[in-house]
Order: sequence, then C-alpha cells, then structure tokens
Amino acid sequence: MEPILQLEHLNHVYSPGTPFEHRALIDIDLSIEKGSFVGMIGHTGSGKTTLIQHLNGLLKPTSGRILYNGEDIWISKQRIHQLRFQVGLVFQYPEYQLFEETVYRDIAFGPKNMGLDKDEVDRRVRDALRFVELPERILDHSPFELSGGQKRRVAIAGVIAMEPEVLILDEPIAGLDPESREAILRNIQDYHATRNNTVILVTHNMDVAARMSDQLLVMSHGSLYLSGTPEEIFSQTEALEQTGLTVPEVTQICDHLRRRGVPMPRGLYTVEAARDALLAMRGGSSHA
Amino acid sequence: MLSNITLGQYFPGESLIHRLDPRTKLLLFVLYIVALFLGKGLVSYAIMAIFLIVIIVMSKVPPSSLLRGLKPLWIVIIITGVLNLLFSQGQTVLFTWRRISVTLEGCYNAGFMIVRIILLVLCAFMLTYTTSPILLTDGLERLLRPFQKIGLPVHELAMMMSIALRFIPTLVEETDKIISAQKARGADFESGNILRRAKALIPILVPLFISAFRRADELAIAMECRCYHGGEGRTRLHQLKYARKDYVAYVIGIVLCVAVGILGRRFGL
Ligand SMILES: Nc1ncnc2c1ncn2[C@@H]1O[C@H](COP(=O)(O)OP(=O)(O)OP(=O)(O)O)[C@@H](O)[C@H]1O
Ligand SMILES: [Mg+2]
Repeated sequence: MEPILQLEHLNHVYSPGTPFEHRALIDIDLSIEKGSFVGMIGHTGSGKTTLIQHLNGLLKPTSGRILYNGEDIWISKQRIHQLRFQVGLVFQYPEYQLFEETVYRDIAFGPKNMGLDKDEVDRRVRDALRFVELPERILDHSPFELSGGQKRRVAIAGVIAMEPEVLILDEPIAGLDPESREAILRNIQDYHATRNNTVILVTHNMDVAARMSDQLLVMSHGSLYLSGTPEEIFSQTEALEQTGLTVPEVTQICDHLRRRGVPMPRGLYTVEAARDALLAMRGGSSHA
Repeated sequence: MLSNITLGQYFPGESLIHRLDPRTKLLLFVLYIVALFLGKGLVSYAIMAIFLIVIIVMSKVPPSSLLRGLKPLWIVIIITGVLNLLFSQGQTVLFTWRRISVTLEGCYNAGFMIVRIILLVLCAFMLTYTTSPILLTDGLERLLRPFQKIGLPVHELAMMMSIALRFIPTLVEETDKIISAQKARGADFESGNILRRAKALIPILVPLFISAFRRADELAIAMECRCYHGGEGRTRLHQLKYARKDYVAYVIGIVLCVAVGILGRRFGL
C-alpha cells in the first residue's frame, strides 16, 4: 500500500494578527493510503472542514506540507488547479451551490472546467447520474425544482463527474431523512467499490463511520486525537467520550454487557460481529 | 479570502472609547466632519490629526488593521489628489504642460484634500470599530426619534439597518463558502478577459441570491412567529444612558470643533 496523501506538521491559523485569531489545526501528521475508505469524526469545531479544505488546496497551510503522490501540492498555481480535479471535495450542504438552469449543465460544470470534449463530458454526466441513482429524465429539469435529497445527490454527482482519484465528502448525510441517507451512503460505497478510488468521509454518525471505513481519524480541538482501524478506535470508549464523542450503539451495548459480567470482546462495532460473539459464547451453535 | 474585508468590522474591546454611549460617538463623528470642513491650514489639520491619533491609541484598535481598511480606498484618494492638483485655480504657477498648469495652491489643495479624506475615513472606522452594530443602530434610532413627528419611520429604518448589518458577516461567510465550493469544481475566477471573468461570477451570484432570499424569508417568518409588529409600545432590554464620560466627550468635541472653526475661518491657519 502506498500513501496518496500525506500531511507533514500541518498548522493552520485563521485571521492571524487580529482579535479573531484562531488556531484551527495544530501539527497534523497524517498519511492516507491509496484506495482506502477513511472516516473522519470529531466534535463540532474540531477542525474537520478546515483539514479537508487543505487536501485540495483551497486553504493554504500556515506551516507544514501536503504531499499528493509524494509531491508537494503548493509548488505552482497550475498544480493546484490540476489538483482540484484529482481531489474532489463535496462540501457540507452542497445543494446550496447549484446554480445552472438544468441538472445536466450543473453536473457538467466540473468536467467542462477540466477542458474535456463534449462527448467525454456527456459520458461523465450520465455515469455520475447513474452512481447517484437518479433517472435520466431529471437531466432537463431545473435543479431548483428537486427535493432536498435529490438536490444533494445532483451536487454529489457534480463532483463525481470529475472522476477524482480522491473523493472527500463533508457530512454528506446531514439533515436528510433515513431513506435518502442510506441511498447516498450506498452510492458512495458503490463508487468506492467500482472505481477503487480513495474516499474520505466526514460524519457525525458513529454507526456510519464504523460500518464504512477501513481507517478512522478522530479530530479534537484542532489535533489528530486518534487514528486507526474502527476496531482499535472503538475499543477506547473512554478516550472517545473525553472529546465529547460516543461509540456506535452496538459497541455501547457490548460495553454495557461487559460491565454486567458478560465476557464480550472490546471494539465490536457491527451488529453482525456482536451477534457472532454472543453466539460463540453459547457454544458456537447457531440455529439461525 | 474575503476575510480581509475589514471595512466597518467591529473590534470587540473594553476601552474608554468602546464604552462611550453610541449617541455620543455618532454626534462626535458628525462634529468631527464639520470641523474637517471648517479647517483650512496646516495648524487646524494637525490638531484634527492629533485628536484622531489620541482616540485611536485610546481605543487599542491595532493601527495595522485601520491601514488595511484604507487599502481599498487608495484609488479614490489618488484620483481626488490628482484632480485637485491639476484643476485648482492659483497664481503661483510651478510649471505648465500643454494647457494644464500646476500651481502652488493646487499642491496645497491636493494635499489637504487627501488628508481630509483619510481623516474622515479613519474617523468613520473608529466609530464602527468601537461600536457594536446593535448599539450603533440603537443610538441612531434614539437620535432620530424627534423626526418621527414629521413622519419619518425611524424604528423601521433602524430595524432595517440592524438587519442589514447583522447579515453582512453572514453573507460574506456564505460567499466564501460558495467560492470555495465552485473552486473545488475547478472554477477559475482569476484568468481571462473581463467578459470571461464576469461570466465566472454567475456560479457565485446565483447561489448567493437564492440563499439571501431564503434567509430573508426565514427571518420574516421567525419575526412574525414572535409577534413582531413594529416599534410601537416596544420596550428595550438595554436602555441607553449618558454617563459623565459622555458629557466630557461632548465638551471636548464642541471645543475642538469651535477651535478649528475659528482657526480655519478667521485666521486661515
Ligand atoms: N473562515 C474562518 N475564520 C475564522 N475561524 C474559522 C473559520 N472557519 C472555521 N473557523 C474556526 O475553526 C475551527 C474549526 O472549524 P471547522 O469548520 O474546521 O470545524 P468542523 O470540525 O468542521 O466543525 P463542524 O463539525 O461543526 O462542521 C472552529 O473553531 C471555527 O470557529
Ligand atoms: Mg465542518
């Protein structure tokens, strides 16, 4: 496994030299493997959005380096422009940035900026639409007459259409109903599975983070507080609770059982794993 | 990106200037403008400048951010200076080029005009830097209240102003976000000719307008839900009250204005 993105001693200070000065990122060292699915969690204001905006060069680090495929991204202006297409970033509430007259043209905005020819743009728009499971007839509609969940998916398609090597999503399921939530998560997972791209998913939902990621990053007060596999992270219930986070519901139940004397292993975070552990305890027999 | 727009940004603080009544600061600001236009020569402008510098020092607002606020205005300042330099009437001709002649009086005029503009702008900054928008509109509403008798909708105007002020930072933040989001899709705002650059603004302006209208709608509903019905019979949580420092400030301001007026108009200093 080789790293696709590396951060070295990254610091970011907002409005330096004013009363509003704020150290949003403090000495972040981080390496993200090619093809991995990375979940990022952290309390409100912990610096998640600030961090991911560094990954595609929207924010310039106050100090420290960002390497993409081993190469410093800040060597030239053209490099940054290129990087925007290689590292696709879906902002929080992306539906508020739709602006075109039709869904088609909005999704095509990114690919067109890449300078692709018409056929290629067309292919990418239709591909992206398929990933977010929207019907083709929607392409001629105005994005403003869609439902909230549909708008969100159109906005995500707008970034997917650039076919980025790294797809970053900032809380893509915030404020949606459970059905749309599951659909969007499924789309992201499909995209990851089909394209084998790297995905970074920022979320407040522990169950989602646990179930989807290979690697979890926990941010707290501008620092990278914990990093590891979901199993490693969720076996540290106390450490997580100290930064105002919780563990997934299943893990909470397992912790509870352990306190009551049931010898549950630590770090279980899926219902299936918990079920298997319980069944194993009953002597390995399963009548399911 | 846009965070370097410091124009009119409130700098929270606890200095004496911060704690003056907003009405005092508003009226002193008016007095200062009057004095600026009464002044005529070196002496009066030196007094005005020293007065302002004392206030800036007392307020503890960093001078660097004041200067940064002046930055967007330097073109206006230079143009005013050049126009005054070239088109002032005067006797002492320094040199002539074609039909345009530069006179000594022109130089003086240009210099004083520039100083005037800079002092005026800095004074306006001092007002908004040291007074929170809420207090500022409160003060304005109180000062304009007498005009209600002649049918001026004072409360409504003040409410509109405070809403506008309240939403400036929100809209700036929103614009920042939208710009970032479109940049993430490869939008380019910095290259191409004027037409291309203007077209590049569409992806920013459309979402911005939509969100501004949405916010306006939400705010109107929220105000109605709390039974807002205008200023009549409304009481305030924070009452404005003059303290001794306000009276002292008024006296200083009037003395300054009168002194500069006499120096400038009577003695031409
Ligand atoms: N443009 C800005 N100027 C100044 N400070 C900022 C700016 N953007 C964010 N901050 C501050 O930086 C800190 C980190 O913000 P950030 O948006 O990265 O947090 P977050 O982890 O994404 O939070 P959330 O979960 O609420 O989205 C916060 O304290 C915030 O107030
Ligand atoms: Mg955020």
